[in-house]
Amino acid sequence: MRPEMTAASLDTAARTSAERGALARARLLRGLLPALSLALVLLAIAWLNPRAISYFGFSLMLNLAIPIALATIAQMFVIAGNELDLSIGTFVGFVGCVTATWLKDAPLIGAAILLGSIGVYALLGALIHLRNLPSIVVTLGMSFVWQGLAILVLPKPGGKAPDWLLGLMAFKPPFVPFPIIAALLIGLIVHFGLMRTSYGVILRGSGGNPAALGRAGWSLLKTKIVLFALAGLFGVLSGMALIGITTSADANIGNGYTLLAIAGVILGGGEFVGGRVSPIGAVIGALTLALAASPLLTFMHIPPDWQVAANGAILIIVLAARVLISRKER
Amino acid sequence: MTSVKSLLTKPWIWSFIGALLVWLATIAFTGGYGAGGMVTAALSLAVFTVIVGVGQMFVITLGPGNVDLSLPANIGLASAVAMKVMDGNDSMIAVGLLAALACGAAIGAANYLLIWALRIPPIIATLSASFIIQSIDISYGRGLQIKPPPGFADFANRQVLGIPVLAILTVLFTIGAAVALQRMIYGRSVLAIGQNIRAAWLAGVNVGRIRFLTYTLSGALGGIDGALLAGYFRGANVDIGNEYLLASIAVVVIGGTSVAGGKANVPGVWGAALFLVLLLTMLNTFGVSAGVRLLLTGLIIVGVITAAGGQKAPR
Repeated sequence: MRPEMTAASLDTAARTSAERGALARARLLRGLLPALSLALVLLAIAWLNPRAISYFGFSLMLNLAIPIALATIAQMFVIAGNELDLSIGTFVGFVGCVTATWLKDAPLIGAAILLGSIGVYALLGALIHLRNLPSIVVTLGMSFVWQGLAILVLPKPGGKAPDWLLGLMAFKPPFVPFPIIAALLIGLIVHFGLMRTSYGVILRGSGGNPAALGRAGWSLLKTKIVLFALAGLFGVLSGMALIGITTSADANIGNGYTLLAIAGVILGGGEFVGGRVSPIGAVIGALTLALAASPLLTFMHIPPDWQVAANGAILIIVLAARVLISRKER
Repeated sequence: MTSVKSLLTKPWIWSFIGALLVWLATIAFTGGYGAGGMVTAALSLAVFTVIVGVGQMFVITLGPGNVDLSLPANIGLASAVAMKVMDGNDSMIAVGLLAALACGAAIGAANYLLIWALRIPPIIATLSASFIIQSIDISYGRGLQIKPPPGFADFANRQVLGIPVLAILTVLFTIGAAVALQRMIYGRSVLAIGQNIRAAWLAGVNVGRIRFLTYTLSGALGGIDGALLAGYFRGANVDIGNEYLLASIAVVVIGGTSVAGGKANVPGVWGAALFLVLLLTMLNTFGVSAGVRLLLTGLIIVGVITAAGGQKAPR
């Protein structure tokens, strides 16, 4: 990939202003792609079932959008540092089990466990950096650990969410459904932190060019720890939000989130390497996937058998569109 | 003495030592009871991990970012295809196996088509493909009570002097894979691509063709594995391949193959697969709960990789 990039940057230097305009348009189109794909999915839903486009319809369809968006943001932080977290799904499940048991019965101990688990994430970041380990394998091992702990905390499905959490997730603001407001808030807050602050630039730089950042005197150990701790924090928020919606927990409740979160980041315009991620894009990607996986698809004559395939098809179509746009960009 | 020393420098020896230690710990616990039976059981179960592990190993060796996440869905679909084609009929066994092989190879080829046409990372390509394959499998295998023909089930479970026939065949297969990796143009090309894709291309390696072959090979091995699993467990189902996503990657890495690509190890896959299966047997023998078993498995994987780590691996 590298040689092509060099060639592209050389080309850029030789471009005329008219070509530069076309290039800017292609870039804009690429930036808008996540939003366009969300709009397309919405249009398809409106066409198949106009009644779904309502306050009630959106509340129902986007029911699980908040935890998916939070898990996607968690994965995005890890991907920003050129790593991959294969354990975020079982981690969300573990947090869910703690939320439905300890956090309700003994809030202080529950909060301490959750804070401790964020600490474990930070330690993993340090371990991966210091021993130069492949994050895929370390997080693969951790996915067993979280799942085991989840089963130990809650051997049988059950438990109950704390009342304050239930109240928060059942919030019904006027006019705009809560999941949309929450998704906007999450996207904007993370966007500000990662894209608009100076340390956010350093964090993304640790994925973009770690060697340069290290030579400039920044601690790569610290950036990796911060990125993983942030992933842990948003994983905890995701698990809590999930239990606030489902009211009770199950050790396997989050298992599907690992792959959904990776898909959400990529759908939202993120790249696997180079610290090129977009928080708002990631949230939009998560919303697109949440809509595509929504139980409401059943009412739209898409048989349940093919709902998983709808997710895969959306991924492939969006990525194909991105290739077409990127070709213009060259 | 020198031969022992040179043996200890081999990366794959540690997974075998680990497997041996776990086995010794278990028979120490049972007082020697069931020592042989445990090896037989471990061999029969390890076979399925080894077959997909070898496919995954070739894919991972292609370099960073190359991994086949569609194996579990592939195994599920191929097991259904094989059972449906065989239809409980002994005379159709060979046809069913071929159908599973073709189904897996087609999935692998489709994976590479996505990677090549959309220029997307293999992780995302195989992931989106696996979503679609899963749906096809759910739709295709719906409500069917698919049982293997009696002859095939017997074959998958047959033993000679306590050694499963499938294990013997798989050892032969892995020897073939090792020869292909180290002595044939195909294997050397895979290693070259993993070490430096641009250098390999400049040296005249047909990068596209080799990557296509590798993904197809991984898919085909997943297909065969699905058919054999359905024979061994006497039935196909959608979830039959689920555990092989983590297992296939774990055995490759524990076995001494570099995640950064360009360095592969076939014997290590066997050692790591035996180690993982024996580890589960040991924890079951100790009578620990499912939660503790998962917890310890995870901690041991992280511990092993931390101890063995330290190599340059961007991801």
